Amino acid sequence: MDLFEYQGKQYFARFGIPVSPGDVTESVDGAVKIAESIGYPVVVKAQVQVGGRGKAGGIKLATNVGEVRLHAGNILGMDIKGHVVKRVWIERASDIAEEYYASFTLDRAAKQHLLMLSAQGGVDIEEVAAKDPEAIVKLHINPIEGLSAARAREAAKEANIPAAALDGVAEILVKLYECFTKGDCDLAEINPLILKPTGEVHALDAKVSLDGNASFRHPEWDEYEATVELDDREKLAREKNLQYIGLEGSVGIIANGAGLAMSTLDVVNQVGGTAANFLDIGGGANAELMTSALEVINSDKNVRSIFINIFGGITRGEEVAKGVVEAVKRVDLRAPIVIRLDGTNAEEGRRILADAGIPASKLISKPTMLEAARAAVELAK
Amino acid sequence: MAIFVNQHTKVLVQGLTGGQGRFHGLRNRAYGTQVVAGVTPGKAGQDVEGIPVFDSVADAVAATGANASFIAVPPKAAPAAILEAARAGIEFVVCITEGVPAQDEARTFATLQRDYPGTRLLGPNCPGIISPGKCNIGITAGEIAQPPSASGPNVGIVSRSGTLTYQALYELKQQGIGVSTCVGIGGDPVPGTSFVDCLAQFQADPETHAIIMIGEIGGSAEEEAAEFITKHVTKPMSAYIAGVTAPAGKKMGHAGAIVSGGKGTAQGKMDALRAAGVRVGLNPTEAGSLMAEIVRSLK
Repeated sequence: MDLFEYQGKQYFARFGIPVSPGDVTESVDGAVKIAESIGYPVVVKAQVQVGGRGKAGGIKLATNVGEVRLHAGNILGMDIKGHVVKRVWIERASDIAEEYYASFTLDRAAKQHLLMLSAQGGVDIEEVAAKDPEAIVKLHINPIEGLSAARAREAAKEANIPAAALDGVAEILVKLYECFTKGDCDLAEINPLILKPTGEVHALDAKVSLDGNASFRHPEWDEYEATVELDDREKLAREKNLQYIGLEGSVGIIANGAGLAMSTLDVVNQVGGTAANFLDIGGGANAELMTSALEVINSDKNVRSIFINIFGGITRGEEVAKGVVEAVKRVDLRAPIVIRLDGTNAEEGRRILADAGIPASKLISKPTMLEAARAAVELAK
Repeated sequence: MAIFVNQHTKVLVQGLTGGQGRFHGLRNRAYGTQVVAGVTPGKAGQDVEGIPVFDSVADAVAATGANASFIAVPPKAAPAAILEAARAGIEFVVCITEGVPAQDEARTFATLQRDYPGTRLLGPNCPGIISPGKCNIGITAGEIAQPPSASGPNVGIVSRSGTLTYQALYELKQQGIGVSTCVGIGGDPVPGTSFVDCLAQFQADPETHAIIMIGEIGGSAEEEAAEFITKHVTKPMSAYIAGVTAPAGKKMGHAGAIVSGGKGTAQGKMDALRAAGVRVGLNPTEAGSLMAEIVRSLK
């Protein structure tokens, strides 16, 4: 789960990482109120989860109440690369002497934590990595040893952070690492991490991605969950506890298993079609699950055919077939189904489908993934 | 021969009295696996259809000589269960638990590495392992796996995805091709056993003559495998990578299956494997038929 900047900053603050005083609001009046209480100058920042906010006009400096009104009014409702701005974050503007970059992630290849630190912050770190890889210090951290203040300071030194900022940077690194580990982040990134002319170091931006698997020990994440932006299809899928991701195509996909679902998208693409979604109904494929899945797919106006791709392992073919027949009876489908049923007792399953009396205009059975994909793509044309 | 587990493997099930543990533990026993014990704290003295239950892994090992563990406990309890098995001297731990936090996985793996180098972990969030005809630990449907033939050639399977693993097993069975061992390493960010670990074992296993590898988007495990194959694997291979069309930044079911910052794409992985001499299919069926061709050429 990716956090908005304001949530990331609030999360940082929990771990003692210094951020600019500020608050979030959904209205112009709210923006004015916040600005008046923290004092001018302030920065009005669009809260969207997409890069390039500044260039799009989503970040503005305001030195008085009139400017806050003007900028907040312009930014709220603005469309930035398809993301509509619902909230703005108002914070006290900072004087900047230098800008750095710091992040913690998990290096899956090394199976260790990875610190990336650079004295060249405030720009796209991928660009720095491409142009000047030497400018980024990479430090692997054993998850059971952790990061000491001394090692953090050494890393900062190695990254050519100036002497005046070393202690401040090291202190923030240790806190950011704690936020990353205890806070169960997939990513905890500060870009830019700034040095003020007065000598303090603090986080001017926050990019935090949380590991959903750890939500059981973070009741405080509920408020972040509430702001996750989903389209109507995704909302319905979430209510029904389905692993669903909405896409733009015209072939609705239902498969059992994440790998098979991904593979189904690939095969549809390979034969010239486009998938409307990713949907994994997991190992079992009973009537309840199948009904929920078909309801979600049916709510997607772009869907012109539905490809059900099931491989029976422990769940036998005949059980899957019965589930599909029952679900087709329950849901008034707008698009025809092409089903590929394979694996344990697949033949019996196919016979059940054939004998169910569902007209071929509603349901076609194909023996292989490729044939089924071709039929589904043809129907979606 | 087979890799990691065989007919001599004695399995205990941590969480045997729970829904998943009971269901799969009994299925594994019905397949012919030596399921010798269950472990649930506070339930010592009970049994599950004749399988004795113990309070701790150490007690179960002392009483039954178990050397492998099948962990089917909730995500909160999984890291402690893995370390308990390691402490009791279990050599091979299969953890099917889905939803273990990545930070816990990283710490658990680092602890195993430092304190229990004799223990190998498969998973978490994996379908398990089957050496057809000998031992099945986990959720694989044993009947879709063709046992290896004495004369060969037999195929080893290693996969990051559950259902695609079944698909591979099934297609080989349709063609009458035997499988030495099929390992599902799981799709989580820190898998205990990687592609490279399995490839090394298959390369050394005289009963394995060819290898199928099934990968997916995210991470760099397939690229590392390709590097290893170039240097160390002489047995012929076919492969399939799921997620060619997956959009960047979206997790496709597994925590690990995500293309981020342009890294971990299917195309990059396929290119790396092709460069390592692996025949790459564009869908699972194609990877299966490529393997059938390889097997025919070995006969």
